[in-house]
Amino acid sequence: MTAPRTVLGPDEIARALTRIAHEILEANQGPDDLVLLGIPTRGAHLAQRLADRLTGITGIDFSARVGALDVTMHRDDLRGRPTRASHPTRIPLDGIDERVVVLVDDVLYSGRTIRAALDALADLGRPRAVRLAVLVDRGHRELPIRADSVGKNLPSARTEHVSILLEEVDGRDGVTIESATGSTETGDGGAA
Amino acid sequence: MKHLLTAAMPRDEAIGLLDLAEDMHQIQDRELKKLPALRGRTVVNLFFEDSTRTRSSFEIAGKWLSADVINVSGKGSSASKGESLRDTGLTIAAMGVDGVVVRSGASGAPALLADWIGKPVINAGDGTHEHPTQALLDAFALRRRIHGRAARGKGLDGVRIAIVGDIAHSRVARSNALLLPALGAEVTLVGPAAFLPVPAADGTRLGLRAETSLDAVIDERPDALMLLRVQLERQAGKVAPSVGEYITGWSLTDERLARLGDAAIMHPGPMNRGLELSSRAADGDASTVLAQVTAGVSVRMAVLYSLLASDHAADHRPANDGGLR
Repeated sequence: MTAPRTVLGPDEIARALTRIAHEILEANQGPDDLVLLGIPTRGAHLAQRLADRLTGITGIDFSARVGALDVTMHRDDLRGRPTRASHPTRIPLDGIDERVVVLVDDVLYSGRTIRAALDALADLGRPRAVRLAVLVDRGHRELPIRADSVGKNLPSARTEHVSILLEEVDGRDGVTIESATGSTETGDGGAA
Repeated sequence: MKHLLTAAMPRDEAIGLLDLAEDMHQIQDRELKKLPALRGRTVVNLFFEDSTRTRSSFEIAGKWLSADVINVSGKGSSASKGESLRDTGLTIAAMGVDGVVVRSGASGAPALLADWIGKPVINAGDGTHEHPTQALLDAFALRRRIHGRAARGKGLDGVRIAIVGDIAHSRVARSNALLLPALGAEVTLVGPAAFLPVPAADGTRLGLRAETSLDAVIDERPDALMLLRVQLERQAGKVAPSVGEYITGWSLTDERLARLGDAAIMHPGPMNRGLELSSRAADGDASTVLAQVTAGVSVRMAVLYSLLASDHAADHRPANDGGLR
């Protein structure tokens, strides 16, 4: 295993999130009906950061328009893995019906997490549109899913492991990549 | 985690299950109460004893997780024709089921089944031994009452709970006496002397404080009073005092209710109104009886998910000699 190589530092993450916030507003032609749902663990923190930026940009309080969407029970790989711990789902009080839901995750990889998220959303209501924002797109899609906003495209080998570190969870911000031989049983970065 | 046979489990494992139950609880607010987690899995509810609430609760829990649930009752099954527990269990396992929920009048039957059939077994009450999901749902309902929506991750530290009634013959009491202290609660057993368990060498019962005077315990203003059902069908004419004596000494009457303050009033059901507690106690704001029933579905969903969602659950959980092995 090689030493992890840093591909995004704290400042680059901050800039990427600011850019994504602007992209979300532009694609939606304004802040109306926007709801941000992060996929725990790190996606939920990223959604909160995006909500803070949207509040700053628009002057509209986004704190009641951000939530978390746990997709654990909707995954298609529950059988083959150890039982996954689930996380709380928090949906804004006004719900998601006829809203534009932006799903937020840290890494886009196989696309299976997002497929599970779309299933989980369907159980909660019927958004007018669903968009996807991710901090890192590392490729290797197994389903026809793409992100609307990407912080960084990071071409990677399947054997490599991408780690997203966030202040709220890991004590510092950063994105690293390392070549891991053998086990691919990894955290969010590898499995997402 | 392979089976759930007892409520004796480490604190972190109990809190993990209660937190998972919080996640499951969320779906009760939804229009579409269904998660796909156990799609394609088959669960058999094998009930050798009559039970409406526990069986329905497990059935709803399984169905909300998208499992196929089959109910087999002792009456009308081959068990009533003399088939042994082992043969019944092996027959059901041979049909390719993924898990068995078993209720039996015989203490220890679920543990035997677990050894025989090699599938996850959940104890839904065995004789006078244990009823672990009841203890978990009691803990869940009480934790929610105390901590509200911020209950996640918390135990029941410092919460004072009195369990009242026929402790010695109650599987609900036994499971609670194992689980609640593990979560940090202080448990007092209250009942007629003949209803209390045999004292251990140190004079305590089940390692817990025991009292015969409910009035003395009420004067201590406990945080929760858990009333056990007087099992009239089992106790009539045996060691119990008369119904009149029981009401005088150990029933939660309106007068005792008034002295109890805002303590949670818990009952596993079905209630004998006027015997264990008055209707006012059963129906008042302090009563958690219906909250316990609601919690039962969430807790059973958490247990089913933990045991059946993954083929690898048994391999990847920390080794555990307690409740979940």
